[in-house]
Amino acid sequence: MSILVYAEHDGRALSPATLSAIACARSIGGEIDVLVAGHDCAAAAQGAAAAAGVRKVLHADGAHLGQQIAENVAPLIESLASGYGHVLAAATPCAKNVLPRVAARLGVQQISEIVEVVSPDTFVRPIYAGNALATVQSSDPVKVITVRTTAFAAVADNGNQAAIERIDAGTDAGKTEFLGADLHATSGPELASARVVVSGGRGVGSAENFDIIRALAGTLGAAVGASRAAVDAGYVTNDHQVGQTGKVIAPELYIAVGISGAVQHLAGMKESRVIVAINKDGDAPIFEIADYGLVADLFSAVPELTGALSG
Amino acid sequence: MKIVVPVKRVVDAYVKVRVKSDGSGVDTDNTKMSMNPFDEIAIEEAVRLKEAGTATEIIAVSVGPQKAQEQLRTALAMGADRAILVESDLTDLQPLVIARLLAAVCEREQPDLVLMGKQAIDDDSNQVGQMLAALRDLPQGTFISRLEPGAGHVVVTREVDAGLERLRLSLPAVVTVDLRLNEPRYPKLPNIMKAKKVPIETATPAELGVDTASTLKTLKVEEPPVRKGGVKVASVAELVDKLKNEAKVI
Repeated sequence: MSILVYAEHDGRALSPATLSAIACARSIGGEIDVLVAGHDCAAAAQGAAAAAGVRKVLHADGAHLGQQIAENVAPLIESLASGYGHVLAAATPCAKNVLPRVAARLGVQQISEIVEVVSPDTFVRPIYAGNALATVQSSDPVKVITVRTTAFAAVADNGNQAAIERIDAGTDAGKTEFLGADLHATSGPELASARVVVSGGRGVGSAENFDIIRALAGTLGAAVGASRAAVDAGYVTNDHQVGQTGKVIAPELYIAVGISGAVQHLAGMKESRVIVAINKDGDAPIFEIADYGLVADLFSAVPELTGALSG
Repeated sequence: MKIVVPVKRVVDAYVKVRVKSDGSGVDTDNTKMSMNPFDEIAIEEAVRLKEAGTATEIIAVSVGPQKAQEQLRTALAMGADRAILVESDLTDLQPLVIARLLAAVCEREQPDLVLMGKQAIDDDSNQVGQMLAALRDLPQGTFISRLEPGAGHVVVTREVDAGLERLRLSLPAVVTVDLRLNEPRYPKLPNIMKAKKVPIETATPAELGVDTASTLKTLKVEEPPVRKGGVKVASVAELVDKLKNEAKVI
């Protein structure tokens, strides 16, 4: 059976998360088609065609698809689904919004945030914020699945030249109007795909003090993350939040500063390759999973670390 | 505006869950159970809409065992007007089944708005709201941090990867709430006492005409591999040395 991957993109290129979803599709096995739906997104369709392992790109273009409104995208995916054994997407806010709507329209269960493919119908997914792993088996004719991207290494752009097929974009459901977006301009790499992430927690103490975190991140070419406590306290905006209810990431190096290590936060970063914790409380739970722990006052240790690394 | 708020009985957010030794699931015997925290936020928002004169009636609905009455009583104490329990002792009710049961309740009640948590903290599926919207062919606003009611519509602010986006949804609609929407109140004692006297309406899946069979089977539940802690370093200099020469990550 073949697999349809619903792509996330910015109109010009696929998101790295989608490349991980394609990697997951390859581990299931079968021909892989990618749906690029959007408005003026021909460049993204071309990007998808270059990704390793893709057989065909389905390109649907229309103004009503521009914002990935679930009410408009779900019928499109539904109309394509009968030709596939699996419909996959990266478990990002975009697909988490759209795919359950597709599954319900198809009358099938969705399997959320899988981290392992056991066989084409059996998958492993975390439950209870990652405190348990469930192995589930689906008997649905079409398996609708979201993929936890940190569990699958993104496929490369290998100069593949998959065919691009223009398909009918459907119509506007007309019940939902996009009013606007307030996208936070971020300097430096994107949190979800950064190689190094420096995160601050409640211990950082204020929005102004977060400059200490930003300085270290700048020196390392890292993205800035935060615990839920820091976001709730208003130190940084919610798009920086790492954790079960924020972003789940797995960078090469994760530096947790002034973060105690609540279960909710650990769920979002414990798959990182190397974890560093800097906290003045030597009993903080974060030290139980950190590869390198430094019990120190962050206000002296972090600037010192920044200085040592910028030399 | 008539509002339906689905609420789920889950293991309390502060309990450390234990996987059963036979791998059949998570141990919930003698465990503190609570209302799913996201659902509390949904109830709170509905009550605020009622206090502002926008909402006329709030109906809390739960699907689960008889003991889920406790969570419905909490919803009543917070300010819901009525409560409906769709009784089922099945522990593996899947999101699509729950969405079908809620769709059947909505068919009876005809709410203008369904306000619900974006996900339950036990199975973390994050599906039911979107599925309910699909089954009822309604617009959906998911993961919202702000809700502004209007005439025949609501404007929602959604939390997406890169920031926030705003949508206008024509009513009726389904809205799922994220953490930052509000801070739920603690019910006051007189309200808790009053809530105990409210009769809870009941229904069964059979009465609602919904088949509870599942096409998704849980084969086993395991503890995740434990990540071992490493070493404590004594100084920034030692940390830099380890990162450069041992972990080779910078």
